[in-house]
Amino acid sequence: MSRPKDAITRYKTVSRLNHWLTGLCFVLLMLSGLAMFHPYFSWLSFLFGSGQWMRAIHPWIGCLMIASFLGLFIQFWHHNVWERRDTEWVKNIDKVLAKKEDEVPEVGRNNAGQKGVFWAMALLVPVLFLSGLVIWEYYFGHATSIEAQRVALLIHSAAAIGAILVWIVHVYAALWVKYSMRAMIRGWVTPGWAWKHHRAWFRELVDTGSRGPEPNPRNRAP
Amino acid sequence: MADLQSQNYIRRSATTMTPPTTRSNVEEVAKLIDVSRCIGCKACQSACMEWNDLRPEMEEFQGAYENPHDLNPGVWTLMRFAEYENDHGDLEWLIRKDGCMHCEDPGCLKACPAPGAIVQYANGIVDFISDACIGCGYCIKGCPFNIPRVSEKDHKSYKCTLCSDRVAVGLEPACVKTCPTGAIMFGTKADMKDWAEERIEELKERGFENAGLYDPAEVGGTHVMYVLHHRDKPSLYSGLPDKPHISAVIGLWKHVLKPVALAGIAFAALGAFVHGIVSGPMEVEEEDEAEARKEMERRAKS
Amino acid sequence: MTNSWQDIKNADLVIVMGGNAAEAHPCGFKWVIEAKIENKAKLIVVDPRFTRTASVADYYAPIRPGTDIAFLSGVMRYLLENDKIQHEYVRSFTNAGLIVKEGFAFEDGLFSGYNEEKHTYDKSSWDYELDEQGFAKIDETWKHPRCVINLLKKHLDRYTPEMVSRICGTPQDKFLKVCEMIASTSSPERSMTSLFALGWTQHSVGAQNVRSMAMVQLLLGNIGVAGGGMNALRGHSNIQGLTDVGLLSSAMPGYMTMPKDSEPTFDKYMETRQFKPLRPGQMSYWQNYRKFFVSFQKAIYGNAATAENSWAYDWLPKLDVPDYDILRAFEMMDKGQMNGYICQGFNPMQAFPDRGKIRRSLAKLKYLVVVDPLDTETANFWQDFGPQNPSDPASIQTEVFQLPCTCFAEEDGSLVSSARWLQWHWKAADAPGEAKTDIFIIAGLYQRMKAMYAKEGGAFPDPLLNLTWQYADPDEPHPSEMAKEMNGRALADLKDANGNVILKAGQQLDGFAQLKDDGTTMSGCWIFSGSWTEKGNQMARRDATDPREAGIAPNWAWAWPANRRILYNRASADPSGKPWAPHKPVIKWNGASWVGFDTPDYGPTVKPEDSMGPFIMNQEGVGKLFARGGMAEGPFPEHYEPFESPVDNVLHPKVKSNPAARVFPSDREHFGKGEDFPYVGTTYRLTEHFHYWTKHAKINSILQPEEFVEIGEVLAKEKKIEQGGWVRVWSKRGQVICKAYVTKRIKPMMVDGKPTHVIGCPIHWGFTGVARKGYGANTLTPFVGDANTNTPEFKAFLLNIEPTSRPPAIDLAHGPRKAGRSA
Repeated sequence: MSRPKDAITRYKTVSRLNHWLTGLCFVLLMLSGLAMFHPYFSWLSFLFGSGQWMRAIHPWIGCLMIASFLGLFIQFWHHNVWERRDTEWVKNIDKVLAKKEDEVPEVGRNNAGQKGVFWAMALLVPVLFLSGLVIWEYYFGHATSIEAQRVALLIHSAAAIGAILVWIVHVYAALWVKYSMRAMIRGWVTPGWAWKHHRAWFRELVDTGSRGPEPNPRNRAP
Repeated sequence: MADLQSQNYIRRSATTMTPPTTRSNVEEVAKLIDVSRCIGCKACQSACMEWNDLRPEMEEFQGAYENPHDLNPGVWTLMRFAEYENDHGDLEWLIRKDGCMHCEDPGCLKACPAPGAIVQYANGIVDFISDACIGCGYCIKGCPFNIPRVSEKDHKSYKCTLCSDRVAVGLEPACVKTCPTGAIMFGTKADMKDWAEERIEELKERGFENAGLYDPAEVGGTHVMYVLHHRDKPSLYSGLPDKPHISAVIGLWKHVLKPVALAGIAFAALGAFVHGIVSGPMEVEEEDEAEARKEMERRAKS
Repeated sequence: MTNSWQDIKNADLVIVMGGNAAEAHPCGFKWVIEAKIENKAKLIVVDPRFTRTASVADYYAPIRPGTDIAFLSGVMRYLLENDKIQHEYVRSFTNAGLIVKEGFAFEDGLFSGYNEEKHTYDKSSWDYELDEQGFAKIDETWKHPRCVINLLKKHLDRYTPEMVSRICGTPQDKFLKVCEMIASTSSPERSMTSLFALGWTQHSVGAQNVRSMAMVQLLLGNIGVAGGGMNALRGHSNIQGLTDVGLLSSAMPGYMTMPKDSEPTFDKYMETRQFKPLRPGQMSYWQNYRKFFVSFQKAIYGNAATAENSWAYDWLPKLDVPDYDILRAFEMMDKGQMNGYICQGFNPMQAFPDRGKIRRSLAKLKYLVVVDPLDTETANFWQDFGPQNPSDPASIQTEVFQLPCTCFAEEDGSLVSSARWLQWHWKAADAPGEAKTDIFIIAGLYQRMKAMYAKEGGAFPDPLLNLTWQYADPDEPHPSEMAKEMNGRALADLKDANGNVILKAGQQLDGFAQLKDDGTTMSGCWIFSGSWTEKGNQMARRDATDPREAGIAPNWAWAWPANRRILYNRASADPSGKPWAPHKPVIKWNGASWVGFDTPDYGPTVKPEDSMGPFIMNQEGVGKLFARGGMAEGPFPEHYEPFESPVDNVLHPKVKSNPAARVFPSDREHFGKGEDFPYVGTTYRLTEHFHYWTKHAKINSILQPEEFVEIGEVLAKEKKIEQGGWVRVWSKRGQVICKAYVTKRIKPMMVDGKPTHVIGCPIHWGFTGVARKGYGANTLTPFVGDANTNTPEFKAFLLNIEPTSRPPAIDLAHGPRKAGRSA
């Protein structure tokens, strides 16, 4: 389906590219990380050529990831400021999952779940990056004590598992909520989609005469 | 090291299946280092370099007889020298041959994420199969004795192999063969423990009341053991751990986090899948589009 | 060694003093460990530093370098005062009861007969009182004031524990503890072995250091017994062989001595070599000197040596000075009196004292020939290697020839171990490059010189032209041919008393007992006779069977003399022939002959009641507590300070150092004083290296890469020297800039009330090889040697030290500064 005339822009191109770069990094890091985490996944190492290649490339992808994620953070942080209605949303998560969105408070640009994913990643990614540096044998093997490295290894693994769980929620939500993927791939949503899932955001756009993703500041009500 | 004993494994890193173990009639071996007979001549160090064709970099003198000054990928064994003044004010020069202890419960193997990069043979030798090593350095974190070193050239981890290639063909390790005073012995672990008993008795007669065998139970015993004059204070010997153990952090990582994480991931994935199947996707209905249009029109009018 | 490496395991007490056996002889040291484990032996170490040997010792006592005689004299005094001597042994087997001549005296540090101008002694008063038959008088009751034991007691009286401690810096309690442990071996069943090396010999009183301990061992009855003896641990695999075949300027093969210019005829020469017994019924084996000598002359001159020409005695050089030792050789080079030098298997730029003088002397030569497997400092002395060898090639005219030669693994031959074993070895590898065997090189020199003499005549060509040279390949005689010559062969049929032929002409001798002084036998080195007999090469035997686990494997290789493993082993049994220690007998009298594990060092059927002494090489047949004229500086050892010492000689301030040592005037000017050089230096070897060879080998250089000195923590703190930091160490002769190793193993010693610091200087680094570049400890050491042997005083001298900064990279870089090599 090509973009309808009344479509609303949800993500700008640069945001989408940034998101998918981050996502790619995340997936690669997850695959290689899991391969180094548990024997069940060690076969994944062949996706990277060999175990050696995987070990060598993982930290560099991590560096790219932190840079990329920083871009996302700068673009998205203000969409993810916690509001009172978010707490209400969370309290009514059972209704959301049961597809009774009408019975929960109207949602702005991001719902509480999305905000949760954002802030979880905003916490976990830097933790992964810093703990990863400590256990990066080639460059930092002598920079810290072995005991510090052991702790870093534990933190890195635990944070990674946390991030993977968040990522599963994120991916499932994107798949479950139809056309979310299109929003992130193509950048636009139908007014009905916005009305249904992010009604407060929709109203704001409509009120200011904007077609997204941000309200038109000139027409904002005083 | 060359993998000459691939049917003798009792442990294999990053492997959940039973490794090849058909050769079951293998006796556990051990190297016994009698510190009280050692004169610190470094013959073992040079024999190790000779046999294994290692030529580490020639370093500068750093104010000690330890040369090179630490273990490294080309230094698999190192004489360490500690000057210790005992309670009587007498000097003791405690010289210890440092290197892999070949733990019965090897922390390096436990931590290693590369399948088959670290193996333990039925004779107890813990060996690095370098070809499978990915160079992550987890073995360093797993080791209670600070032994493995990762090469900056080839990114493989190295340590003493207990001359597994020699032992596999019925020879003693090179250091044992070369030791001029018989301070390094090699044989079955049982024999070495018997011999150590005799030595300890003799040391006690000479006034070393706390003489004893260093075969730390915390790592299930080791296949390199020391006879120490001061078994009560192993750390006098250039920091030999008093109670070596695989770090609790590594245990937490290996025994708690790994299963919990796998379960968590599986649960999350499964939960999402079930929910998706049961509830179906969250669609945008035609009436939503209509409502949205209505709303947009209403706004346009005002 | 009087005994052997294996025999150390029989000891009840091992004393390592004047050596560092674990460090310098790690392989042989296994027998000390064996003694500790199997024999519950104790190990004592007396050394200025807490050494690797000390690390496995039961007891360690520190001592100031150069004061061993004071220490050991104190030990002897303790033994005599506390009656801890083995009475029967001392009475029967030593000269304790012999009466010394009237006129012998010791006063203010000097024995009777001193000539102050010549720094030598007239030794005529250092002898026994003889009876009418020319035998030494004896007082079996030891009552006579001039019998040896009483003179010895009187001589030792000054060496009280207080005095020992004052001189040596050894705390009294430690000294007394060592005495007590040593004294425990005075019982007949217990034995102590003394292991020593250059720590005793490299002093101006080196020979007397050794002698002092030999006296201790005689008093304890520890000579000739299993697990006893005086055991010199040799620093090269074949340095024992060097002395055996007489490679010293005043020596001839088999410990015969070179003629002097005061001995122009063979008869005159033999006059002082009669060795008549000094007690009735003694063997005095050196009475056979003439047989050894004539057989040697026949070995080198063959048919040209005849009774008529006094066995070619005239063709031997005659010494005009006591010794053309290496110190004298370099003094002569420096004075322009020696202008050519063939330097074979020797690296004096590293190995001899006062490197500046060595370098200066080599630069005055016309030519220098260096025969060595390695690219030595000596061969490169003329090049500018920076501060480690600051030579100016443009100003040096010496023509240097480097002849690369094989090393031991690249040739057949034999090595004589410390235990006097001749062990044959086989070539293991071809030599690299153009290296040739030493034999090829020397034979080549000989052939060319012979051709020139034959053609051109010359002042005195006979000694060279008449050499016998009958080898399969005259340009490269095979080592086996030389070995057979050393053993010797019959030149005519040899017959026994009944006229039966026991050896046909041309057959190899069975041993030196067959040597004749009539020209019918030849032997290149009489003590080696028996090593290659008609039964074959005895040195190549490899049967390690030790029949009674006694540390004697008689069929492994071959030991001189006569395959004897323990010298003086007659002394292992009491006068009646019963072993002192029945649990470890060596030989015993079975009623008809002497039997045991070892070849008896005695007449095999001499009855005990004949009272022939066990020390059959000595004219008196017994061990000498009083040395007669055997030593340069006195018949009793006396403590003399090293030539560079921080303190006065508290025993006799006027005679500070060895009065009989030879010092060249220019060298005396280069001795430092305590005011300027307050610290005691000493040099030594480390296990990781072998002399100056292994710095050419990578593994050894990895194990000990760089020159350093060892200093104690107190001195380091005083001088603000950091662990591993750079220091400048200097003596009156030169300086070394190297790293410092600050250690607890060297502690200041209280010497005459003053704390005395020791600086230890390992010797191994130079300016060639793969290890890091070094100055060499011999840059610092004084040019003076022992009064008897002229072994340089490397073990005690004076130094100063200060911290310094890291030298610039160019000073540390390998290789010469300017291009250009010798022809």
